[in-house]
Amino acid sequence: MAFRSAVITFPGSNCDRDMAVAIEQVSGTAPHRVWHGDAQLPDGLDFIALPGGFSYGDYLRSGAMAANSPIMREVIRAAERGVPVLGVCNGFQVLTEARLLPGALMRNAGQNFICRTVALKVENAQSLFTSGYEAGQEIRIPVAHHDGNYFADAETLDRLEGEGRVAFRYAEACNGSQRDIAGVLNAAGNVLGMMPHPERAIDPAHGGTDGRALFEAAIRSLADA
Amino acid sequence: MKVRVLVSLKPGVLDPQGRAVHHALEGLGFSGVEDARVGRTIDLDLADGTSDEALTEMCEKLLANTVIENYRIEKLD
Repeated sequence: MAFRSAVITFPGSNCDRDMAVAIEQVSGTAPHRVWHGDAQLPDGLDFIALPGGFSYGDYLRSGAMAANSPIMREVIRAAERGVPVLGVCNGFQVLTEARLLPGALMRNAGQNFICRTVALKVENAQSLFTSGYEAGQEIRIPVAHHDGNYFADAETLDRLEGEGRVAFRYAEACNGSQRDIAGVLNAAGNVLGMMPHPERAIDPAHGGTDGRALFEAAIRSLADA
Repeated sequence: MKVRVLVSLKPGVLDPQGRAVHHALEGLGFSGVEDARVGRTIDLDLADGTSDEALTEMCEKLLANTVIENYRIEKLD
């Protein structure tokens, strides 16, 4: 059965092609490429990816303009129906601005753009995105961002931790994120936002393949459904 | 109708930009700067009769991210 996925491209997205290549390499089927101004998503999608980049030049706040683009209304509807949605980097910022995920991503605490491979700890290995990892496993995934400093109030952070919705934490100092949070899930578990780029770690030529298991898990969860 | 929306980070939210500005002011030799916070001003020119409710909605839906930011509305005329 072909894996029906879509990668959304906003003006200023720059990791959309990497995301599409990753999905095609792992699933064997090229994703639909969907433009931000499109009014509709393709029918019967199994997976939607919001890629990294600088949508709308990060005007106002990172992800704020993209969160209000026409296609996001459709993405929100699909997410509410349970379609898996992965937002990476700017995609994570868009998901928080669209309020599909709690919290916000602020300027890195050190003010610098951070571009390097970091160690992450897998916190929740039960989700449809993370079941290919072991809880507590350390993986290495590249980050490349200026606004990755995750913020939410203490009550929200406690709730996220209590409900197992922290998917990944930084295992080393990175950007000042509250409680070292690198990736969070929505309450239903079908929406994941993360600052690190799993699509940049799927081929040995990337220098590591630790991101591959995330895409494999999402594809497997569909086959099992 | 001219309206100014002032968006600022909530108290307690770390403001790396404000901190850098603070340090830069100290570096220039200005003493007595206790704190600096950086915000944003958005000037809107609205049709007469735009309701306060609509203006509040603009702030809540787009102009401010209420997870981290407060906003204040000033009517300029």
